[in-house]
Amino acid sequence: MSNRIRFALALGLAGALAGGAVAQSAVEGAIKARKAQMTLFAFNLGPLGAMAKGEAPYDAAAASAAAGNLAKLASMNLAAYFPEGSARGQVEGTRALPAIWENGADVMAKVAALNEATAALSTAAGTDLASLQAALGPVGQACGACHQAYRAPE
Amino acid sequence: MRRSLAALIAVALVGAAGWLLTAPRLLPVEAFAGLVGDAERGRAVFWAGGCAACHAAEGATGTARLVLAGGKRLPSDFGTFVAPNISPDPEAGIGGWSLADFANAMLRGVSPEGAHYYPAFPYTSYARATPQDVADLFAFLATLPPDATPSQPHEVPFPFSIRRALGGWKLLFFRDDWVVAGPLSPEAERGRYLAEALGHCAECHTPRGPLGQLDRTRWLAGAPDPGGKGRVPNLTPAGLDWSEADLIGYFRTGFTPDFDSAGGLMAEVVQNLAELPEADLAALAAYLKAVPAVR
Repeated sequence: MSNRIRFALALGLAGALAGGAVAQSAVEGAIKARKAQMTLFAFNLGPLGAMAKGEAPYDAAAASAAAGNLAKLASMNLAAYFPEGSARGQVEGTRALPAIWENGADVMAKVAALNEATAALSTAAGTDLASLQAALGPVGQACGACHQAYRAPE
Repeated sequence: MRRSLAALIAVALVGAAGWLLTAPRLLPVEAFAGLVGDAERGRAVFWAGGCAACHAAEGATGTARLVLAGGKRLPSDFGTFVAPNISPDPEAGIGGWSLADFANAMLRGVSPEGAHYYPAFPYTSYARATPQDVADLFAFLATLPPDATPSQPHEVPFPFSIRRALGGWKLLFFRDDWVVAGPLSPEAERGRYLAEALGHCAECHTPRGPLGQLDRTRWLAGAPDPGGKGRVPNLTPAGLDWSEADLIGYFRTGFTPDFDSAGGLMAEVVQNLAELPEADLAALAAYLKAVPAVR
């Protein structure tokens, strides 16, 4: 084998490894981003849940702000958070089931349901406590519907 | 010769005794004679009982959860059970049943043909239900859409395929007394009825013995997931430190106190619980607080 061929092979191998590493870190980044998205959902649900349960006094302005954030979060385009190759079984550290990538239409329908529920909550949250309580249920159901179908148990 | 004859008679007697002991036990004929079911009240019994979780088609959502065509598969150590059609279709479902047929199924685990049901159908819990609730539920089921999908056979290998043997299982393990004996507040008593009779929480949350019987000494203390992955959580005060407000919030929305959402089969249970009145959710929470702590 000539030195030139050896060099070309080595270069090719290095390139492949580097490419793999880039793809790997892109997947890791996407997994981090979608977990961060879930953290933001949970953070904004915090004050709403506390008011609904009677653990915090009802505050129309704070409730509206948190519910508005939820609606904005739900309306974000999440496609880039779920690249191919980022399912459970393909990489470590995710509970996202491969079925997400097989049932695109159903995933979008569930996202649409979350959008609808959070939009209704952002209207209801500032009205009064009873409206907030009633509108929080459908949001929880929308979260749960997706987790039930597309998230692996711990 | 005489000895072998005696042995033969003994074997025959034991066999006959076994046959009699394993016979299905029906309710007395008059038990449901004067009862009239109220379909509207039965709607609440239906959601509290979680019927749709097994008897609606796999993956059904919205109003499709009221089409009780069956087909959901329940894996277990004894084989895979397939939930039957209980829609009001007269052929494929239970449209041809009498209230007595339905009551014997719900309270005694016996089919209209006189065969034992497998306890994958949680009659072991429903046996604690009041006759009026059973009649109301039957009236409600009759209002649902009929579906002609035939029931699929269970995939249960020998020897568990011998239904008569379930008579022996029932003799050993089938009890309809309360597990949490009390004394309980009236609210916790209502919660006990919802949890131990209708909601059949223990069927997943209580560990089972070698013959599939619930371990009443570890009531609601958590168990391996029958689907094979992970564990069903411990609900006793030793395993769950949620407040009653946390529990009620979870029943209504599916959100845990840190806003994770109910997953797996529990997500479906939460959909059912969302149909119950607030007072019943509070009653369930009060009951869970009264369950003995088991680590």
